[in-house]
Amino acid sequence: MKIGVVTFPGSNGDTDCVHALESVPGCEPQLIWHKSTDLGGSDALILPGGFAHGDYLRAGAIARFSPVMREVERFAREGRPVLGICNGFQVLTEAGLLPGALLRNQHILFRCAWVHVRVTSSRSPWLSAVPEGTVLRIAVAHGQGNYFADEDTLRELRERAQIALRYCDPDGRITPDSNHNGSVLNIAGVTNREGNVLGMMPHPERSSDPLLGSEDGRAVFASLASTMVRA
Amino acid sequence: MSVSTEELREVALTADEYDQVVRLLGREPNRLELGIVGAMWSEHCGYKNSRPLLRSFPTEGPEVLQGPGENAGAVRLSSGLAAVFKVESHNHPSAIEPYQGAATGVGGIVRDVFTMGARPFALLDSLRFGPFEERESRHLLNGVVRGIGDYGNSIGIPTVGGETWFAPCYRGNPLVNAMCVGIAPADGLIRGHAGEPGNIVLLVGSDTGRDGIHGATFASVEDPQESHKGVIQVGNPFMEKLLMEACLELRGNPHVVGMQDCGAAGLTSSSVECAGRAGSGIELDVSKVSRRERGMTPYEVMLSESQERMLLVVRPEGVDEVRGVFEKWDLHSDVVGRVTGDGVLRVRDGGEVVGELPIHLLTEDVPAYTRQGVPDPGLLARRDRDLGELVESADVAPQDALLTLLSSPNVCDKRWVWEQYDHTIGTSTVMQPGMADAAVMRIRPTGEGLALSMDCNSRYCLLDPYAGGMGAVVEAARNLACVGARPLGLTNCLNFGNPEKPGVYWQLSECIRGMADACRALGVPVVSGNVSLYNESGGEAIYPTPVVGMVGELPDAGEAVGLAFRDGDEVYLLSTGAEPSLGASEWLAVIAGEEAGTPPRPDLEAETRLHRALWALAREGVLSSAHDLSEGGLGVSLAECCIAGEVGLDASGYEGASDPTALFGEAHGRAVIGVRPEHVQRVAEVARDAQLRLERLGTARGDRLVLGTTMDLPVEGLAAAYHGRLHVSLTE
Repeated sequence: MKIGVVTFPGSNGDTDCVHALESVPGCEPQLIWHKSTDLGGSDALILPGGFAHGDYLRAGAIARFSPVMREVERFAREGRPVLGICNGFQVLTEAGLLPGALLRNQHILFRCAWVHVRVTSSRSPWLSAVPEGTVLRIAVAHGQGNYFADEDTLRELRERAQIALRYCDPDGRITPDSNHNGSVLNIAGVTNREGNVLGMMPHPERSSDPLLGSEDGRAVFASLASTMVRA
Repeated sequence: MSVSTEELREVALTADEYDQVVRLLGREPNRLELGIVGAMWSEHCGYKNSRPLLRSFPTEGPEVLQGPGENAGAVRLSSGLAAVFKVESHNHPSAIEPYQGAATGVGGIVRDVFTMGARPFALLDSLRFGPFEERESRHLLNGVVRGIGDYGNSIGIPTVGGETWFAPCYRGNPLVNAMCVGIAPADGLIRGHAGEPGNIVLLVGSDTGRDGIHGATFASVEDPQESHKGVIQVGNPFMEKLLMEACLELRGNPHVVGMQDCGAAGLTSSSVECAGRAGSGIELDVSKVSRRERGMTPYEVMLSESQERMLLVVRPEGVDEVRGVFEKWDLHSDVVGRVTGDGVLRVRDGGEVVGELPIHLLTEDVPAYTRQGVPDPGLLARRDRDLGELVESADVAPQDALLTLLSSPNVCDKRWVWEQYDHTIGTSTVMQPGMADAAVMRIRPTGEGLALSMDCNSRYCLLDPYAGGMGAVVEAARNLACVGARPLGLTNCLNFGNPEKPGVYWQLSECIRGMADACRALGVPVVSGNVSLYNESGGEAIYPTPVVGMVGELPDAGEAVGLAFRDGDEVYLLSTGAEPSLGASEWLAVIAGEEAGTPPRPDLEAETRLHRALWALAREGVLSSAHDLSEGGLGVSLAECCIAGEVGLDASGYEGASDPTALFGEAHGRAVIGVRPEHVQRVAEVARDAQLRLERLGTARGDRLVLGTTMDLPVEGLAAAYHGRLHVSLTE
């Protein structure tokens, strides 16, 4: 299965995604340059972390105009799997493929740390093999990851089980203390209505190797691999 | 002489030096030429005060691929890859504008590494400020940390280690030393070389503006607040990222002859250095340089320090191909000149020649000063002071002293700093800040480990610069040994005051002598470095601060040893037998409020045995943890191991730590190790064979640190003291 990882100028998590995917049986990663309009026959797409186009104006605001994004949008609207990680999540919200927005962290500072998230919906192909309620130990590294959506959107997200990941304590409790960036409802990841597009602030690709502190993030790539095999 | 004192001060040349220029040139230089000479003869570029002293460093070894004199040094790893690294200061710019000063410091050192054809792989920072209690210090800390974070995080290079120190001497003159480490194929290093006459000179990256003119010369005078206004550069990490990717794409391209970062003194130093190494000449046309401002003079173009620019030397037939790679990354490139055979730097402005200087004058004829150093009698008296009375009068219970030390700014947890740095990007960080004595990175695809450390105890250097210089090298090596790594090479950043003062010159020469002796004894070559002199504020010099950055290797990154105790471990003190003392200690500074006494002097032979034993134990997998004893001595080290492991230590039977000297005294050559019970026998054998002292302290268990009858504290309380201190409000 081919998984396209999009490289924008300023992307810096692209090769980390490639390395993580290479360790998952059945995944064949390929890099896609942002000026390309050919997705190379990809079966799924990842928009990686980084500072696409320097994050000038607003995180993700310029990246949505990269030539590749029209193809990404088409791909997503066809119901095929798209994952946005960190800056990739910001790009997907700017492009209107995911609801809500990502604001500056409540405490203002960039923060790199290990946190816990609870899987609250397994609807997306990226989490299909992870039972709801599972707690993942996972890396975060961002300055603008404070998820925000208005009341109506939040109601809809809840009704349609689009809230995929929430910050929690190591025992899975959703507490104010574990909400490290001030996100509404401790939201760390959401899907679109259909569930095929997932955006998440934490980095599963940095959490896929026990030598580096956690391999809980592999579940994201492994879920996709098993879904695609079934399909 | 047709030049005013004003003009000479502007280019930081003395009247004698000016006369020398006239003699060498056979005529008076014009203003452009004078500016170029001033930059190239500055301490920053020309090392005129430090060069004779630096010669004493050992710079060769079987693993050295590139010693000092290039953009960065390089050593060969067992796998055949090269580790490329260097440290550089950005002290004066950070004093004026902490955010941009620190950010551009990171940008500069990263360019030094990718210029060599290495992919930057890790950053470390050694930072020093005035007292943490003072608002101005916190303001600078805040700006510097955000500057480093924003720049390093944007370009996707993890910041994995370093140190943060506070002392009154850094008031008004903070130190910001950034170190970058990159990985390259050993046979693929790119040099800053001009090659054959006829080669084409390309300037790529940002447009050139008026920012940073005279940065190199002003780095070489005192009082940053007064001298540096208007010369601060502004960083653009996005441009740097593009430049880095484009340059790395050109690795192995047969048309690329050389690359040189435009750092201090911009186009001037980059072109002169390339030509100097090739023994060639170089001709530049400033009218071809893209600018971001109108009306710039040749002088301004030649001396601009606009960031994120690179000089490339390319064979004529490959110019289009090389420019095509920059275009892919939306970078423009200008053909600004060509390499010549006449040994002259010729600057044109279109058709007109506006300056001509022999390259030799700029690179080889730089004056070198050997001065007479004299120790300051006041400092000698402070060193020799009898501490007995002072120690007696500091009547603080050991438990209270430990909690006070753990929450003191130099000892406490620096999480507030390193959480603002992305340290997990690159998926290679095996030992992140706080986990071990050195950062450990895993190298793909071989799986070997690279251990990195930055160290200097400037209080030791103040009170005994020879011992302090040795100590900086030894401690860096011991930190590597504690994670199980063998050192391959070091880089240093020599931060001192005004070398024209005999007391400062003595500190500089003694520190270098100590460092060189330690390097030779431990077999660690110096492969790169940077000198930052004139670090003074209001006439007062900083403490001598020779920061050492060391790089070591582990055959397997998975073997790296952390510092956290594990429940059930047997805990030992493994040492050379060195006896601790309170001279120049953290305890004396924090508890007794005095910086005095004789700092510890390492026994280099015994230290080597200790490091070898630690490597062997790590390799055999018999160490659960290892932690060097440094500031705060045994008490602080044990507390740190407990806090990191979230486990107590039952050393209730240990009676060896009842007085302040035993508990908080400092010495080199000591480490606390944790060992599973089944490995104790083996550890004892290794220690005996290496003639080291192995002293049992107790067992890691429970949730309290219990030391004989002097100490019984909950780990939770220790952690609260350790973690609670260092936070800075954003409004500061």
